[in-house]
Amino acid sequence: MSSTVTLRGRTVVGGCTEGEALVTRDTISGWGGVNPMSGTIIETRHELRGQSFKDKVLVFPGAKGSSGWSAVFHMTRLTGTAPKAMLFNEMTTKIALGAVVMRVPSITDFDQDPLTVIETGDWVKVDADRALVEVIKGRSRSGQGG
Amino acid sequence: MGSGPTMRLTDSERAMLDGHEGKAKRKAMELLVRYAQALGADRFVDTHNVAGVPGSYSPLLLNYYNATAENAYDVIYSRFDLDSDEVVEVPRVTVSSCHLQGGVDPENWQTLGAKPEALQMSQESEAAAASHGIRILKTCTPYLAGNVPVKGEHCAWMESSAVVYCNSVLGARTNTEGRESTSAAMLTGKIPDWGFHRDANRFASHHISVEVDVDSVMDWGMLGYFVGATVQERIPVLTGRFNRPDLIRHKHFGAAAASSGGVEMYHLVGITPEAGTFEMAVGQAMSNRCRPEVITYGKAEQQRTYDELNSKARDRSVDYVMLGCPHAALEQIEEICRLLEGKRISTHCNLWIFTSRAVRAVADAKGYTRIIRAAGGALITDTCSAIGQAIPPGTRVAALDSAKQTHYLPAIMGIQAWFGSTRDCIEAALTGRWNGARP
Repeated sequence: MSSTVTLRGRTVVGGCTEGEALVTRDTISGWGGVNPMSGTIIETRHELRGQSFKDKVLVFPGAKGSSGWSAVFHMTRLTGTAPKAMLFNEMTTKIALGAVVMRVPSITDFDQDPLTVIETGDWVKVDADRALVEVIKGRSRSGQGG
Repeated sequence: MGSGPTMRLTDSERAMLDGHEGKAKRKAMELLVRYAQALGADRFVDTHNVAGVPGSYSPLLLNYYNATAENAYDVIYSRFDLDSDEVVEVPRVTVSSCHLQGGVDPENWQTLGAKPEALQMSQESEAAAASHGIRILKTCTPYLAGNVPVKGEHCAWMESSAVVYCNSVLGARTNTEGRESTSAAMLTGKIPDWGFHRDANRFASHHISVEVDVDSVMDWGMLGYFVGATVQERIPVLTGRFNRPDLIRHKHFGAAAASSGGVEMYHLVGITPEAGTFEMAVGQAMSNRCRPEVITYGKAEQQRTYDELNSKARDRSVDYVMLGCPHAALEQIEEICRLLEGKRISTHCNLWIFTSRAVRAVADAKGYTRIIRAAGGALITDTCSAIGQAIPPGTRVAALDSAKQTHYLPAIMGIQAWFGSTRDCIEAALTGRWNGARP
């Protein structure tokens, strides 16, 4: 049942990893929007409220809100709740600095909209050194891929 | 595609990166280069005005890095602020640098519910920063505490409400920097030449037509909240039914727009410094090609914004009123004192007003701090309920006059919050009941 889609983009932070996608169409606030102890989204009206991005490939439009964005995501690296990778559309200083200090493979400026191509539960292989993303569609949500 | 451009470094930047000016500057430059490459910037701009939270620490950070009181500043600044794997000796800052909000008010720490150890940690961190040349402003409103950049000045500021004020009202230039980039800039005087440092990125892309009267501070807060949610991180230009806003209205508008969205700059035609005309605000390219799409803010949008801000409140019984987000200007404290003078707040309610140390010094001298205390309230510096995660014990329902604080506080502290005017909030403090009304 599974099919593969490849996306190309621009490297923000290099490195390779793979994991299950967590996709949201809402931008994410760092400070005041995320609990860095659990990697959980806490923003009141966010569609992922209550869900954790720990060990997920986080696919989202970009960052918003407080300038504490990088420090909060930096903390997720320290507490072990950071996402495995970040794929996003909108470049901002918040997300650039956050990706750098989180030290997770990150890519932006894609040739296709990752929010359209990737669905939560897809298995995603991220090669941020070459700015390539391979999406394996139709894998189970249990994350038993790899 | 693939990697971005390589950096074009000046000789002095290269010297810092190569370690000729010490390990700390090398680490700072390494971080700034990684950051610039992530952005896709190919050069730096010089900055002599940096606002951040350098070297500040929490028990969590101290424990994580096994730091002691003696070495905490170097350890936290190296490992966290500069994202260095090695601890380096951190020198004095080389450019004008200030510390924004954070830590504990040394006069009201007990009111805030802080433990003596938290106060001690805050004071040690502050003393270390001060001894490294950092001005301890301890406020989210540096522009109300002596740091007022001039038009065109390149800054590296944190604090989204200060950033939007810096770009929009003052015409100075800053991106929304983070803790790590500001701490690196304090040592090097460098920040990536990207975003708002460049002319081409300061033009409006969205046109908000205001078709309901926007006058009070509350009106401006609601408009900002609507604009942020609508344009997200884009640049709006506003026209329509508003008069020239004062500093406080700008402060509440910008803070709200930077919370519901990521607005870092806005234009008010005929008012803000880079919007002498509509054409100036949108830029030549845009005004020749096509006008931006018009988004209407009318009565319906205003009411919907009010309802959204108040969607997290149900109980009209209020036990906490928090004012001063962003930190109160002296005029706001005067207004609060006029509403409070000779009265006592409800025994079921707490009233905390947050401001900068600079403004409180004047409030102390003018007797305002005493008036607030006599009414049962407190005038507190350095922090706020959201930043300090400090609310009176047992708080269930808060009343707030800041759209920004209303956006954050219920999510952070798990409480209900009403949004209204300063008068609505003081009324709630006096009676313990929320009687604010939809406009």
